[in-house]
Amino acid sequence: MILDGKCPSGLLHEKWDKRRQELNLVNPANKRKYKIIVVGTGLAGASAAATLGELGYTVEAFCYQDSPRRGHSIAAQGGINAAKNYPNDGDSIFRLFYDTVKGGDFRAREANVYRLAAVSNNIIDQCVAQGVPFARDYAGYLDNRSFGGAQVSRTFYARGQTGQQLLLGAYSALSRQIRAGSVRLHPRTEMLDLVLVNGEAKGITVRDMVTGEIKFFAADAVCLCTGGYSNVFYLSTNAMGCNVSATYRAYKKGAFFANPCFTQIHPTCIPVSGDHQSKLTLMSESLRNDGRVWVPKNKGDQRRPDEIPEEERDYFLERKYPSFGNLAPRDIASRAAKEVCDEGRGVGSSGRGVYLDFADAIKRLGEITIRERYGNLFNMYEKITAENAYKQPMRIYPAVHYTMGGLWVDYNLESTIPGLFVLGEANFSDHGANRLGASALMQGLADGYFIIPYTIANYLAQTAPGKVTVEHPEFRKSETESRDFIKRLLSIQGKKTVTEFHRELGRILWEHVGMARSESSLKKALQLIPELRAEFWENVTVTGTSAELNQELEKAGRVADFLEFGELMARDALHRAESCGGHFRVEYQMPDGEAQRDDENFSYVAAWGFTGVATEPELHKERLSFEHVHPSVRSYK
Amino acid sequence: MNLTLYVWRQKNADDRGRLEQYEAHGISPEMSFLEMLDIVNEDLIKKATEPIAFDHDCREGICGSCSQVINGVPHGQEEKTSVCQLHMRHFKDGDAIYIEPWRARAFPVIKDLIVDRSALDRIIQAGGYISSHTGGVPDANSILIPKDDAEKAMDAAECIGCGACVAACPNGSAMLFAAAKVSHLAMLPQGQVEAARRVRVMTEEMMKQGFGNCTNHYECQAACPKGIKVSFIAKLNREFIKTLGRSGKISSSVDRMADTLPSE
Ligand SMILES: Cc1cc2nc3c(=O)[nH]c(=O)nc-3n(C[C@H](O)[C@H](O)[C@H](O)COP(=O)(O)OP(=O)(O)OC[C@H]3O[C@@H](n4cnc5c(N)ncnc54)[C@H](O)[C@@H]3O)c2cc1C
Ligand code: FES
Repeated sequence: MILDGKCPSGLLHEKWDKRRQELNLVNPANKRKYKIIVVGTGLAGASAAATLGELGYTVEAFCYQDSPRRGHSIAAQGGINAAKNYPNDGDSIFRLFYDTVKGGDFRAREANVYRLAAVSNNIIDQCVAQGVPFARDYAGYLDNRSFGGAQVSRTFYARGQTGQQLLLGAYSALSRQIRAGSVRLHPRTEMLDLVLVNGEAKGITVRDMVTGEIKFFAADAVCLCTGGYSNVFYLSTNAMGCNVSATYRAYKKGAFFANPCFTQIHPTCIPVSGDHQSKLTLMSESLRNDGRVWVPKNKGDQRRPDEIPEEERDYFLERKYPSFGNLAPRDIASRAAKEVCDEGRGVGSSGRGVYLDFADAIKRLGEITIRERYGNLFNMYEKITAENAYKQPMRIYPAVHYTMGGLWVDYNLESTIPGLFVLGEANFSDHGANRLGASALMQGLADGYFIIPYTIANYLAQTAPGKVTVEHPEFRKSETESRDFIKRLLSIQGKKTVTEFHRELGRILWEHVGMARSESSLKKALQLIPELRAEFWENVTVTGTSAELNQELEKAGRVADFLEFGELMARDALHRAESCGGHFRVEYQMPDGEAQRDDENFSYVAAWGFTGVATEPELHKERLSFEHVHPSVRSYK
Repeated sequence: MNLTLYVWRQKNADDRGRLEQYEAHGISPEMSFLEMLDIVNEDLIKKATEPIAFDHDCREGICGSCSQVINGVPHGQEEKTSVCQLHMRHFKDGDAIYIEPWRARAFPVIKDLIVDRSALDRIIQAGGYISSHTGGVPDANSILIPKDDAEKAMDAAECIGCGACVAACPNGSAMLFAAAKVSHLAMLPQGQVEAARRVRVMTEEMMKQGFGNCTNHYECQAACPKGIKVSFIAKLNREFIKTLGRSGKISSSVDRMADTLPSE
């Protein structure tokens, strides 16, 4: 099937206005009668639920944590982009749009990205009004910093805790609506299934994570804001509970999954220290504003960093990409780090690490300034490694961080299932094959505050409110399926723990579907994953019962989905016989080792349709046409 | 290293609960405290015993999920460190470690080390916000904020809502938590309009939720993984006094504001 993104026609900067003009509205008096389910209360979900509540809709909001304030968005460190051009350094909406499309290696939809850039400024205004304490200069104006892939300073930040402050802003707006009674909150509740009635999304099945009770909620529309699937790799910078289950189960119900192989490996994370490692910690990209990345010029140089003289250091990003230097985009910086480590020039006991050095910046600006800018990150680094980064360079290495792929949505953020909308990291829409730093927060809030309130009305206006109740037989069916799934997990009583399976899956994916992929590695993954999955269903052990708080059972459900989803990722990576952004196929590279895109054959979104666990998914394509930018070879040299 | 753990096990809210002893073998100094518990849990699962339930998510000290009292101290001995950021290099071979849940009247135990902290959310829901609608707000730079004020607001806003302050307080008071939010917003011009109502409804809700009074023990500050200062409690008190009329009673205009729920 050829998919249609349903973008409005006309001039780029008029598209969103035009669409808003075309969209139907819901009469204010009727809004209350419409019920909307919002799964997830990270930035995308909290902003959506709060805004829909403000508008007068009846909202049911769900999250798996005990409070919406703990959504994974809370961990975002560096900042959020906007085209305010406050520093007067040449920024504009068009430039933000262009940088984002180029950063995504021309694999995103132009119209979506332009809209994102256009509403970015409203986001900053909104957050300031809520009381988000962004960094200020001495005159009291907002301050900006630079992020990768851009030559302007457009990133707004709140120390190294931007995500925290933005989420607390959205959470406060949400809390206000909870108090007002327009939003009902269901924390510690996990979505198990999407319920379709006559092919449209009309509800969800959930598990109360405290009592184990299975419950149902019927609604007029459903929004999934459940974040990304980085944890399919086991080790990632994501919070432990991040999962693919909500979106994957929607995929199994007919929503298409787009570009699952587009995953982002972030260049600056604290290296793995041993087998016990349960997650990886990001050191914000903002550090590359002042930190210089280097390794020794000579292989196997075991000297302490301060013993290695300047001329024996290789500042490889500055050398290879003189115009962007240490602020080269993530995919490029990660691959460059992997290359120097593969050459045997990596640092640290494992040899899988490069230095991020602040000595020059400290000399130039003083330790106090550096402390002010990044103090919490330096503290975090010290807690984990027991090393003082003011005195010696940090050691960093790439790690899985973000997933550009997600459920396919059209310009209105509606999936291939009518009535199912997907927001934030859970959808695929704006970042193409590589996301630029500080643009995920922007996207989550754009979707939630400024896009879904318009587009969902259009869908609702065409349906009568409250058509479906939980008495509908589809809910019984979903209940039976969910109960069977849980029963099956608990009945195996095998010998290996859920975590053992998860770790093994992660190893397979990191090795064969990681930073460098090849036809043979991907085929290997496609053989290993089903084997591991088969073993899981015969040999996993899940303790406890279903009728209580049971963290092993929660994990088991997520890992079961990852074991299917990992295969989809590998399949997508295998079919995409080109390199672009974070998807690097070793067969397709330029003579200098840069990614070689194939626009003629792969300038499309790959959206996969579920056909069965054991059968090949069906590939649907959405052609990408570029009317306003020319897909060039991405150069940061 | 090898350690002996005494861990609070409690099947559910109705169970009485007790400390149980476990051995943790082969723990390396690089491991985080939670990774040490992961290892103990993997062991338990292999013995078909239910693993120890504990809240955690980001494991970076920012989400505020993790919540354990270690050897009598919420989040353990290390200063300004949440459990998830506590590393085993701070322990030594042969140590005995006592691990318990937050204990406070307002935080009933759900299971093992997991407690119900929704009372903190209800304090925020009562009015811990600026009532701005999405859209219709002025340009961000039209509100100038002196750098110092912004920094101080941020110092307060760093609170991760973990509840360690409540667990540390002999009275189970949530004063530091509420004070951080009141101060964060009261320090900013945007927060002025509703400042009086905010402090009033938040403190009322705190009482309603079963948190105790503040009697200046400062244990909260010592336990806070983000280093939130008790000076914010003084700020809350000043904000509260502002709501009192000359008679020492809450002024009637604030009263009226407090009674209007923000429903529109
Ligand atoms: C360490 C780190 C630093 C980052 N720094 C930056 C940065 O500086 N700038 C930037 O732009 N981006 C950054 N990012 C990326 C950005 O934080 C995320 O992409 C973004 O916050 C995702 O927001 P979200 O609302 O889509 O999802 P999330 O915040 O992940 O929220 C998901 C929500 O869904 C709920 N949920 C999930 N599954 C289920 C289920 N099955 N049932 C019920 N509920 C469920 C969760 O409870 C949660 O509420 C960073 C990411 C990481 C990991
Ligand atoms: S797990 Fe998030 S703060 Fe400890």
